[in-house]
Amino acid sequence: MCATCGCDQPGGVTITRINTEEGEFRPVSNHGLVTAHHHHHGGQESSSEKRRIDLQQDILSKNDTQAGHNRHHFEAGHILAVNLVSSPGSGKTSLLERTLADLKDQYKSYVIEGDQQTLNDANRIAATGCEVVQINTGKGCHLDADMIHRSIHQLDPQDGSVVFIENVGNLVCPAMFDLGEQARVAIISVTEGDDKPLKYPDMFESSQLCIINKIDLLPYVNFSVEKTKEYARKVNPRLSFIELSATRGDGMGKWYEWLKNEYEAIGSRKEVAASV
Amino acid sequence: MHELSIVMNIIDIATEQVQQAHARKVDSIELEIGTMAGVEMDALDFSWSAAVRNTVLSDAERVVDRVPAIARCGNCGLEFRVSEPFMPCPACDNVLVEYLQGKELRVKSLVVS
Repeated sequence: MCATCGCDQPGGVTITRINTEEGEFRPVSNHGLVTAHHHHHGGQESSSEKRRIDLQQDILSKNDTQAGHNRHHFEAGHILAVNLVSSPGSGKTSLLERTLADLKDQYKSYVIEGDQQTLNDANRIAATGCEVVQINTGKGCHLDADMIHRSIHQLDPQDGSVVFIENVGNLVCPAMFDLGEQARVAIISVTEGDDKPLKYPDMFESSQLCIINKIDLLPYVNFSVEKTKEYARKVNPRLSFIELSATRGDGMGKWYEWLKNEYEAIGSRKEVAASV
Repeated sequence: MHELSIVMNIIDIATEQVQQAHARKVDSIELEIGTMAGVEMDALDFSWSAAVRNTVLSDAERVVDRVPAIARCGNCGLEFRVSEPFMPCPACDNVLVEYLQGKELRVKSLVVS
């Protein structure tokens, strides 16, 4: 059984590098989480004697260790890695398309796309000229640190760049999995319920920034920006907010300013880490 | 359903321990899961029964210690039991609290044979 999603196929996860130069996709790797498929059957010298083992091991320690390696790799190369999380349809890909187009002269950017199926999002990103890999998780509901590790090897982002990770559209499961990112951004759109931060608190608790997208639609929907902020602050008093419309462009400047601040903060984080 | 990933990670940990101990299987496993760990116990049960088949955990008794969430208020310092997720300090209503326990997600111990 696949460790990520529980499907019966060993090849549950595929990672595909989109070739931007030729304008078509080219699968570079197509293998599952083989390393996670342990099917051992005990040692040769097994005895039937009962033994108690006191372990106290964190269940997600493997992911957390890998996430730590990813983070170290990013920081060593002064690379800003941002993990974008939201429900499906909040506008993550549209936000990225506009961001990549607007900031193409400021940063060298890369995108890691996570979806259960299809290369659609990666092809949208590739059309902007940005280098991108698509992770298809099969039946899996979230990205994990190992998938990011393998994607980084394919992308090989240059020092001083920005890596955007678009997580699988899901407000529950991605919250638990550290990818090694420097910042997590939760996106909610005004066509969703304004009580989402209360219904799905873990995601808002684990994020540093909350983007409220599609504000151009506010006149047509029953959504209170202030209530959303109030609810989100209940689960995470430190959360920052940016209201924007990725399609019309309102508020995008504030998002770029936030990215710039995060980008500039990497150097100071490195110094703190070195002095510890 | 990330509970399945969690179960698969538990199976990996148990398999490693069984191998290191030159044992064959796990008789019982004790897990520590905090009430604020983000784990839905029904989903864990469901994933468990499907995933442990043909593994070292297939016949293991599973014991789960649910660790209650306790938080300390960042304003008045009161330590209190968190009875509902993300509740503010019951004394001063401050929302900035630090969780002292309740986020545990650990394999505490195993009995192997």
